[in-house]
Amino acid sequence: MIRFILLQNRQGKTRLAKYYVPLEESEKHKVEYEVHRLVVNRDAKFTNFVEFRTHKVIYRRYAGLFFSVCVDITDNELAYLECIHLFVEILDHFFSNVCELDFVFNFHKVYLILDEFILAGELQETSKRAIIERMSELEKLE
Amino acid sequence: MNPFSSGTRLRDMIRSIRACKTAAEERGVVRKECADIRASINENDPHDRHRNLAKLMFIHMLGYPTHFGQMECLKLIASPGFPEKRIGYLGLMLLLDERQEVLMLVTNSLKQDLNHTNQYVVGLALCALGNICSAEMARDLAPEVERLIQFRDPNIRKKAALCSTRIVRKVSDLAENFVNAASSLLKEKHHGVLITGVQLCYELCTINDEALEFFRKKCTEGLIKTLRDITNSSYQPEYDVAGITDPFLHIRLLKLLRVLGHGDADASDLMTDILAQVATKTESNKNAGNAVLYECVETIMAIEDTNSLRVLAINILGRFLSNRDNNIRYVALNMLMKAITFDDQAVQRHRVTILECVKDPDASIRKRALELVSLLVNENNVKQLTKELIDYLEISDEDFKEDLSAKICSIVEKFSPEKIWYIDQMLKVLSEAGKFVKDDVWHALIVVISNASELHGYTVRALYKAVLTYSEQETLVRVAIWCIGEYGDLLVNNVGMLGIEDPMTVTECDAVDVVEDAITRHNSDMTTKSMVLVALLKLSSRFPSISERIKDIIVKQKGSLLLEMQQRAIEFNSIVDRHKNIRSSLVERMPVLDEATFNVRRAGSLPASVSTMAKPSVSIPNGVAAAPLVDLLDLDSDDILAAPSSSSGADFLQDLLGVDLGSSSAQSGATPAPKAGTDLLLDILSIGTPSPAQNSTSAVDLLSTADVNSNSSTALDTLSSSAPPQIATTASTGGMFDLLDGLSPSPSKEETNGPAYPPIVAYESSSLKIEFTFSKPSGNPQTTNVEATFRNLSPNTFTDFVFQAAVPKFLQLHLDPASSNTLPASGNITQNLRVTNSQHGKKSLVMRMRIGYKVNGKDVLEEGQINNFPRGL
Repeated sequence: MIRFILLQNRQGKTRLAKYYVPLEESEKHKVEYEVHRLVVNRDAKFTNFVEFRTHKVIYRRYAGLFFSVCVDITDNELAYLECIHLFVEILDHFFSNVCELDFVFNFHKVYLILDEFILAGELQETSKRAIIERMSELEKLE
Repeated sequence: MNPFSSGTRLRDMIRSIRACKTAAEERGVVRKECADIRASINENDPHDRHRNLAKLMFIHMLGYPTHFGQMECLKLIASPGFPEKRIGYLGLMLLLDERQEVLMLVTNSLKQDLNHTNQYVVGLALCALGNICSAEMARDLAPEVERLIQFRDPNIRKKAALCSTRIVRKVSDLAENFVNAASSLLKEKHHGVLITGVQLCYELCTINDEALEFFRKKCTEGLIKTLRDITNSSYQPEYDVAGITDPFLHIRLLKLLRVLGHGDADASDLMTDILAQVATKTESNKNAGNAVLYECVETIMAIEDTNSLRVLAINILGRFLSNRDNNIRYVALNMLMKAITFDDQAVQRHRVTILECVKDPDASIRKRALELVSLLVNENNVKQLTKELIDYLEISDEDFKEDLSAKICSIVEKFSPEKIWYIDQMLKVLSEAGKFVKDDVWHALIVVISNASELHGYTVRALYKAVLTYSEQETLVRVAIWCIGEYGDLLVNNVGMLGIEDPMTVTECDAVDVVEDAITRHNSDMTTKSMVLVALLKLSSRFPSISERIKDIIVKQKGSLLLEMQQRAIEFNSIVDRHKNIRSSLVERMPVLDEATFNVRRAGSLPASVSTMAKPSVSIPNGVAAAPLVDLLDLDSDDILAAPSSSSGADFLQDLLGVDLGSSSAQSGATPAPKAGTDLLLDILSIGTPSPAQNSTSAVDLLSTADVNSNSSTALDTLSSSAPPQIATTASTGGMFDLLDGLSPSPSKEETNGPAYPPIVAYESSSLKIEFTFSKPSGNPQTTNVEATFRNLSPNTFTDFVFQAAVPKFLQLHLDPASSNTLPASGNITQNLRVTNSQHGKKSLVMRMRIGYKVNGKDVLEEGQINNFPRGL
């Protein structure tokens, strides 16, 4: 199960934070700070998996953003790497060559996409096309 | 009205915040915006609500508090329009979580929305519920969600399935309700619904055993067929990732099959075909393929045994190991550690690749590979493996050397086929990484050396050669010094040459040179220098011809600034000068150190759960020598009396322990390990143990004054100075007590062996009395078990009784649950505590406590400090 998903830039600013387990505000900030510190210092040669408290964090860097997913210890790490990549592809398709500013000005849309992709800490849909179609349906309702 | 399309207010706010150059400026802008929003909330204007909430969400993401917006979420959710609801639910998920009570207010809106005619609204509600519902909401809304699993629109079905996953996680009793709905989901064609259905089934199986049985019987074949279809399906561009159709679905199915097959031979049988197919046909050049293979391997390992499949799995892992991608190798090493438990042979085949991984640049891979290697070691491959590891030790990074050398040492110790090989390997390790080697390792080495009497000559010569080249390795130097001291005559006279050795002439001068070098070198620490002095004393007896030179070296140390050195120098000098008659018997060759007892002691010593001050205590048979106590006496420079008493002290303490009087063989039973030495001491002091001293009193005093940071070497050396029997017999225990009483300032403890600490009244008020009774668990004098009895002195019943305690840093406290939380009038409840005192003997226990309870509906809090703990706890 996914415990939380974080999108952070190199400076440590969190562009997206979705938690599937309850945490206090202060705890959330602490977690974000710790994960950032863990992830930003790792060399590119190292594995994409880090142990974090009693779980593990699977992260990948895309340009200036770190996509970190915290999962249970028993989960399949390689699968979540694919999951992160699929999410990035969806975002890229939706925003047409997505960049960090898209996350800043359209944060609500990013959350909506995420909510179509992952629910209750589990994968909801594996087809990029299906998610994009759904998003355009939802946009029409606005 | 869309808040983002026409109104640029949100964008403007974001732009103005981003334009701020300093944090203070940003705070100002945010404050102003929050004020506007609050004003707008107060006006209760519905038009701007969604825009305000969007702005509030952004401000929240920056990290500012936004509690005042929570009710706005609720109002938006209750609005009729879809855009408002959407923003409302988004705000709800972002600003609230399941622990907030405000969430309960949403339950009614959620219920209505779950029954809404607009399926998009239903989707919104399911999404919100699935992400943050609490247990109560789960219970309330479960029937709605269950119904929605069968909805006509697949989007709703998959959301409902995942929402049910969360409900079942929160309230496991509801699992039975979802079983039927979940099994119908498994027949879906739509991948999204299928994957969520599989996930729901997995969750149900892990939570509920009946569900597991149900799925196992009814659905296993269907699932296998689905997996087969997907594996064999043609190219589907929508789901394709790197040549595999929907790897996520593959993985989920494999996971569910794992749970179904685990522990059940029939189900496992059914799966073998498809698992073999997946394992062999999946392409592994891309991450997606490897992810599927990884899951497949995990499933094969977990289901019931089919050897061929397992071999297949381990081969896949072997392939992973040689993959250049670090992630894959990491994953493979992890799995191999699990695989080794049931199929050692297969993993052995990959030994070479694993060894390569030990040398990998990535630290986490190195660590795992090293652990795996240590699991792979057996008698056959130990020599080769060790050779490889030692070769690598020479070129490895500094920070890895410690782990590596520790592992090598443990491997060598466990599996060494013969002593000479053991000594060789240890010498190599010490030469390369001596400073990382822990004390108990080289102590063990010395025990082995001492036991291998035929190898004494060989060992001392090898050490001599090694220390000439690697003189910076502290531990190597220490071992060499000890050996040269003990076996110096063998070194010089080339005694016991083995066939493999080259002839070597070492004169007495050379030997003393080496020893002297150790003492004069500026970076030798005190342990080494002290050992040198003792070695010199031994050599002065063994090499009478250069006794003068040795004496000079010793005399030079008389003026040392280190008290220990000064003292030894003076003592030894006086022995050399004036007590030539006893010198030779003093420094006689040490009797063989008893390996068996040493191993027992080492095995029995607890890991470092005890403080830094004392080494772990151990229960030791009574016969083991008191010499380590002597060690303590010897070390404690401040409190010790004149030198001669130190060696006589050994025997006095032997008397104390009821060990055989006057037999130096008693000392032969002693192990040299000083760590164990202090263990013995602590053991003696651990008043709970039945075995040791009857009169532990004085020993207790001793500990409370002595500095326990033992200098390991001195134990060895005082052992070698076997006190002449006559001193022992003249000792009387009474005299001993005087000796020791003169030392200790702390009060003497109970005479008895048992703990017998008096119970105390920790706290007393008009309504509550707390008593503590103490006991010491055996084997550990620092830990005290306290049984707290709480007595209710009032005529009212106390409910929700909670006892909390706080202790200063040098104490550790562990509270067991109380016998009950309700204290009836004039009744009592008990609770056990465990306190560990790292300053045992120096500081006594002190505790602050706070008790909370309810009486007649009111909360009562009582606090106090407990200072009257008995001393010596």
